[in-house]
Amino acid sequence: MFAYIVRRLWQMLPTMLGVVLLVFFLFNWVGGDPAYILAGKMANAESIANIRRQLGVDQPYYVQLWIFIQQIASFDFGLSWATGEPVANIIATRLGPSLTVLIPLTVLETVIGIALALAVAFVRGSLTDRVVMIACTVGMSVSILIYIIVFQYGLAYKLGWFPVQGWGGSFWENLLRYSTLPIVIGLAVSIAPTLRLFRSFVLDEAGQDYVRTARAKGLSERRVMWVHVLRNAAIPIITHVMSNLPALLIGAFLLERFFGIPGIGREVILAVERSDFPVIKAITVYVAAATMLFNLLTDLMYQAVDPRVQLT
Amino acid sequence: MTAPASVGLWGLAWRRLRADRVAMASLAVVAAFLLMLLLSATGLIVADWEDEVGVNYAPPSFVGAAPAVPAMVPAAPAQPLPDNPFDPLADDIRALRAPTVDMYGVADPLAADLAQLGVSGVAAAGAGKLATLPFGADKWGHDIIKKTIKGGETSIVVGLVSALLAVGLGTLFGALSGYCGGAVDDFFNWFYSIFTAIPSVLMILAVAAVLQQKGVVTIVLILGLTGWTGPYRLIRAEYIKHKAREYVLAADAIGASHWRRMFGHIFPNVSHVALVQMSILVVGFIKAEVILSFLGFGVPVGVVSWGSMLNEAQNELILGRWWQLTAAAIAMAMLVTAFSLFTDALRDALDPKVK
Repeated sequence: MFAYIVRRLWQMLPTMLGVVLLVFFLFNWVGGDPAYILAGKMANAESIANIRRQLGVDQPYYVQLWIFIQQIASFDFGLSWATGEPVANIIATRLGPSLTVLIPLTVLETVIGIALALAVAFVRGSLTDRVVMIACTVGMSVSILIYIIVFQYGLAYKLGWFPVQGWGGSFWENLLRYSTLPIVIGLAVSIAPTLRLFRSFVLDEAGQDYVRTARAKGLSERRVMWVHVLRNAAIPIITHVMSNLPALLIGAFLLERFFGIPGIGREVILAVERSDFPVIKAITVYVAAATMLFNLLTDLMYQAVDPRVQLT
Repeated sequence: MTAPASVGLWGLAWRRLRADRVAMASLAVVAAFLLMLLLSATGLIVADWEDEVGVNYAPPSFVGAAPAVPAMVPAAPAQPLPDNPFDPLADDIRALRAPTVDMYGVADPLAADLAQLGVSGVAAAGAGKLATLPFGADKWGHDIIKKTIKGGETSIVVGLVSALLAVGLGTLFGALSGYCGGAVDDFFNWFYSIFTAIPSVLMILAVAAVLQQKGVVTIVLILGLTGWTGPYRLIRAEYIKHKAREYVLAADAIGASHWRRMFGHIFPNVSHVALVQMSILVVGFIKAEVILSFLGFGVPVGVVSWGSMLNEAQNELILGRWWQLTAAAIAMAMLVTAFSLFTDALRDALDPKVK
């Protein structure tokens, strides 16, 4: 087990190096000279040269790359160009609000998705099944923007059931008061694709021999579905949920933006608007690292769920 | 005795599609949208969408004209919206509405003239403009239906072209990787693992941040250059499967070059995978374009797309002007629903094993 983990971590190095190179290529080469962005409209040659020296962009590329790698390893990306706040501090303080919304959202989405998928799989092929699937397709084709705009206007602005936007100081206030509507909208958006996907996982299993055997020995349909099928469908479901987590951190940027939640996603949007490269670079590199670690974690969870899986 | 003409892959797929009523209905909707796109791109329809035919925010005809609000008469602020107790800015708005300008007992000597001008100005500006339009008007009095068609042109073209670019790149990389194997395969797999390690949303935003300039070409590049990973994986698997088949060995025996075997012989046999991938990507990219344009990283000012319409509509909704939002939402939902249903049917028709 330990040897497996070490080997997997070792294999991540080339990919991580590739991510670093790609980010470096994008921001230091394609992105052009940051001094012109920073110096503003009224720049003179002297201030540009000064900024270039401070950022190290007057150095050759390999020196700049080395600086970048040092920054990643030391978690010190310097200061944000827009606000002057240390980048490490930005990431640390924005992570909490993001997770306050994302963890309940993911848990609810998975539980509801599994329950509905099993319920739909009971009546597979029937009219109900077909109608639910078409409703899911229609639901998925409405842009997430529409859900947010309409729900925020209707439920918060008109009916006043939820605060329109904002973020408080205490965790419970944030979770119960400010995160509720974003979580509801997130569920409304994500339940349709999740249901479709989980249904296909469940149906893949429902045709297997062991299901026929379980039925033949007289188990109730409920027991067959909830115990036998679910246990086997768990592997693709876990893969899906786990591998989506890091992406969701950014993917919730629209929710965070509309509801004024000071999370990672909103920070990325702000950074793109202000050309705040250090913030985007740092978030990209760390999210990529998180994605790879979560993939490893997923594989480790397989073994917990399915004893047949041998990690070697 | 004549052998019955055998039906090829595409013939069979078409036969299966024809038997599927949902598929044919969605194909008709998609075709209608494409026809509209073609007509508006060639300027046969909606070339005049920028004409300010209606009054500002003219409501849809079936709602009826707005109650006569003297929009430009000075000293008579447009009827204030009722206070909304849930609006986080309610206090600020109330403070702003309070008469803040103290006139210190000085009468405005031009007040009468201004009022005169205002009245005649309104009359002149409103002359020849319609009070209602079939589906309302936006801030400048553009016809919403025409604007939606024009916006759809941008959104669909972006979706189609960037999907073509992504599938083209994915096919090229996948073909090279699967066919050549060895070091080439390792290199492209490394490249693939880099791109999949970064979530696509973050990748798109990072490229948008770097490219700076807005424009339709920029969005196409952003989406196309970041979206090739899905097609790559599938096409590579197909090429690995096909390269050892007998027809490829036969092509080798008659002296076909590597390039010709890759794209002349194998590609037609795996092109259905590329087609299905492409229609999946079109849907995703249309959605992505709408979000990018909404955030202001997409189409430039002056180009209308569904995303930029939603951006305008967001503020209009608070004023109770729901028609632009509804028009863009319905048009997009119709197209994307039809396209997704058609994609599902196409996949079932081309690959009957997966069901």
